[in-house]
Amino acid sequence: MQRIGVFVCWCGSNIAGTVDVKAVAEALKFEPGVVHSTDYQYMCSQAGQNLIKDAIKEHNLTGIVVCSCSPRMHEATFRKTAQSAGINPYMVEIANIREQCSWVHKDMAIGTEKAIILGKAAVAKVNLNAPLTPGESPVTKRALVIGGGIAGIQTALDIADAGFEVDIVEKKPTIGGKMAQLDKTFPTLDCAACILTPKMVDVAQHEKIRIFSYSEVESVKGFVGNFNVTIKKHARYVKEDLCTGCGACVEKCPQKKVANEFNLNMDNRHAIYIPFAQAVPKVATIDPSACTMLKTGKCGVCSKICAAGAIDYTQKDEYIEEKYGAIVVATGFNPISLEKFDEYAYSQSKDVITSLEFERLTNAAGPTAGKLLRPSDGKHPHKIVFVQCVGSRCSAGAEKGKEYCSKICCMYTAKHAMLVRDKYPDTEVYVFYIDVRTPGKNFDEFYRRAVEEYGVHYIKGMVGKVTPEGEVLKVQGSDLINNKQINIDADLVVLAAAIEPDKSARPLATKLTASMDTNDFFTEAHPKLRPVESPTAGVFLSGACQGPKDIPETVSQAGAAAAKVIGLLAKDKLLGNPCVARSNELLCNGCSNCEKVCPYGAITYIDKDFRMPDRTTRTRRIAQVNPAVCQGCGACTVTCPSGAMDLNGFTNGQIMAEVDAICK
Amino acid sequence: MKMSYFPGCTLKNKATDLDVYARLSAEALDIMLEEIENWQCCGGMFTSSNDEVATKLSSVRVLNSAFKKGQDLVTVCSACHNVVKQTNNAMQTDSEFASKVNNYMGEDKYEGQTKIYHYLEMLRDVVGFEKIKEKVVNPLKGKKIGAYYGCLLLRPSKVMAMDNPENPTILEDFIRAIGAEPVIYAQRNECCGGYVTLESPNSAKKQSNRVLENAKANGAELIITACPLCLYNLKKSGANIPVVYFTELLAEALGLKEQTND
Repeated sequence: MQRIGVFVCWCGSNIAGTVDVKAVAEALKFEPGVVHSTDYQYMCSQAGQNLIKDAIKEHNLTGIVVCSCSPRMHEATFRKTAQSAGINPYMVEIANIREQCSWVHKDMAIGTEKAIILGKAAVAKVNLNAPLTPGESPVTKRALVIGGGIAGIQTALDIADAGFEVDIVEKKPTIGGKMAQLDKTFPTLDCAACILTPKMVDVAQHEKIRIFSYSEVESVKGFVGNFNVTIKKHARYVKEDLCTGCGACVEKCPQKKVANEFNLNMDNRHAIYIPFAQAVPKVATIDPSACTMLKTGKCGVCSKICAAGAIDYTQKDEYIEEKYGAIVVATGFNPISLEKFDEYAYSQSKDVITSLEFERLTNAAGPTAGKLLRPSDGKHPHKIVFVQCVGSRCSAGAEKGKEYCSKICCMYTAKHAMLVRDKYPDTEVYVFYIDVRTPGKNFDEFYRRAVEEYGVHYIKGMVGKVTPEGEVLKVQGSDLINNKQINIDADLVVLAAAIEPDKSARPLATKLTASMDTNDFFTEAHPKLRPVESPTAGVFLSGACQGPKDIPETVSQAGAAAAKVIGLLAKDKLLGNPCVARSNELLCNGCSNCEKVCPYGAITYIDKDFRMPDRTTRTRRIAQVNPAVCQGCGACTVTCPSGAMDLNGFTNGQIMAEVDAICK
Repeated sequence: MKMSYFPGCTLKNKATDLDVYARLSAEALDIMLEEIENWQCCGGMFTSSNDEVATKLSSVRVLNSAFKKGQDLVTVCSACHNVVKQTNNAMQTDSEFASKVNNYMGEDKYEGQTKIYHYLEMLRDVVGFEKIKEKVVNPLKGKKIGAYYGCLLLRPSKVMAMDNPENPTILEDFIRAIGAEPVIYAQRNECCGGYVTLESPNSAKKQSNRVLENAKANGAELIITACPLCLYNLKKSGANIPVVYFTELLAEALGLKEQTND
């Protein structure tokens, strides 16, 4: 028989406001096995924990029930408390009477009744708890960073500087990401390339960092400390180790009418290409959808011109298997498609552009060599309208756009508006906005400078329609402060399109068993206290894959993710989770159902000899669980038809005892 | 193939062209349009009488007639289509509305089962624009036509679910199918002025003019529409460009228009 102690927490007024905590402690006193029951204001505090420790000693307790907040919050805390007082940590159960009770009820009587029931269920479970001991597993002291934008670059550099090996997997032919496409960066207006490309070079030259460019993560197996990752390296038809990046092949390539994605298709590149001058690795890549040689077998100019002999038309996709202890996701963002926002005539006029296209149009390395010219006729625009929140902050029921604020648009629009007025004072600039949101160090000062010093016309209201007519774009909008319709004949319209996670994020999340929100942003383990860890152990988050972020924020988060990775890789061994499945081999009928449902590949079948009562030997096929791979999801236990599969810490008996206690 | 057909009041007087050419062309495209018996007005203007059940009953009866015949329902007037389709949607999704309506329906309970096609959707999804291309005997080659959608055909887009409301293509695809060249202009899904023409003819005129001037500036020689009210407003605007029903051009391309002139 267990000797159980019950500890009811008030959580200040969080629980005590809607649950009569004293009544709960009193009611649970009479449950089977309970020898001590009490309440306290803050059970998680030092004093609260001491209360538990003292009670363990005084009453010689063998099991603990804490009625408090969600186990996600403080289960680990109370397990540690119990352990330090000499009880196995798995003899502790939490009854969640905050998130699942006091916070969702208003009526004291109902809340109290439910809290007592939840407490009874936990007591019933503890009565059947058995001490568990976690196994140990070694840590592979290497990290994988998925995505080579500024987030991935910063994370990789920080981890590598701490002395651990890092691999970066980047799906494009070069690292650099979106930041490489930007012109200037707010709020200090230093050029993006000037601050980014030295970091790219650092990555390339760091002895601890390897770059897999033009590559993707194919599959992920294993668990924290011991991931086995298959990386698919796309054939670039150029031998990376031989190519010197001289660019002679690019110059001579006869196929030069391929849309240049780096300049957002505003000019053309060749079929063999280096995305931009400072690309890392500086290696050419052949676009197989455009290369005449690969499509028809007739050409071969690049191969003839290449002095290094680096061209290889027969190259195939390559699969590389690597082991890692930690994985960092840094897959970044993209502007949304404007297909559903054609009231702004993006598909109808070349002179309606996105803000990212505007970056390329003002970038010295862009299609116009930095001169702000209209894409349609190459003329200098004299009237520019910026439209903010295109697809951001849409109402929940709307059929298009995102509900969230994309966060970066107010600042980059202020930057664009200011730069135009600075460089081309003869140009009138209008910005339509819902709200201007510029919190951040030196951010609001920056926006106000655009208005006050540079004379940008900020109009509170949205644009309803852009009508291309002849050479002008007729912009119809509303001025909410003056309560009137505004019509502007503009030469150029710039749309601040909402940003969304990269399309590769969703399938990657499935491979990593990492969770996402409805917008496909990766979910953090705790929104305030664990912002750079995913709920999946060993998977960390860096940059805009977790939510919209500007560069300063991305770099901070990238460093934070690196710190967490370093903390993990610094350990030699990790304690596993003892709550894993086990199979009762005498009950197992060898049906293989559990093996089929296991998402982690933790179950295998073996043939085993059994001594029968009649002294003969029979060979039977039975399931075996690899506890190092099992994540304790319990899918096998509910699938097993003969009840042979059980989950440590959540046995069928324990669950049924809880249900009985609730239904009693 | 047989389909139920609801022409609506305007098509029996002001907009006979829309009706006559729609029937003729459908026949040539192997669709038998069977007019609903004893139909009444669609009820008019779904949104402006949102809480009124009585005006929706005639639409529900039309839908129910098609349902009892086991046929899909075809409409051609944009305004009727909008009312009938929104009413059907309310029958499917608003149980309070549906039970109120069914209190008037006697034994004939209806739950929104009928599938509704606007004539253009019928051309696209039932006949197929490819097949129309094959059947065209008199392609309108070189003719630059501006499609005018107006509001009712596309919105509310969740319910009408015909096309992208901000960048529709169904009329343009239709124009290509009959051998002509579509002119894409931004104002093609803006309002013509609608019923405002009753209260303030000048406001409606301004609105229609903006539409037509934009079409002309982009090179349109002719405007097509599916809506009698749009046609009325656009024609009254005074802009110098012809406006016709899309069914008339379909009949012309299929070589059926001459027959009616005989």
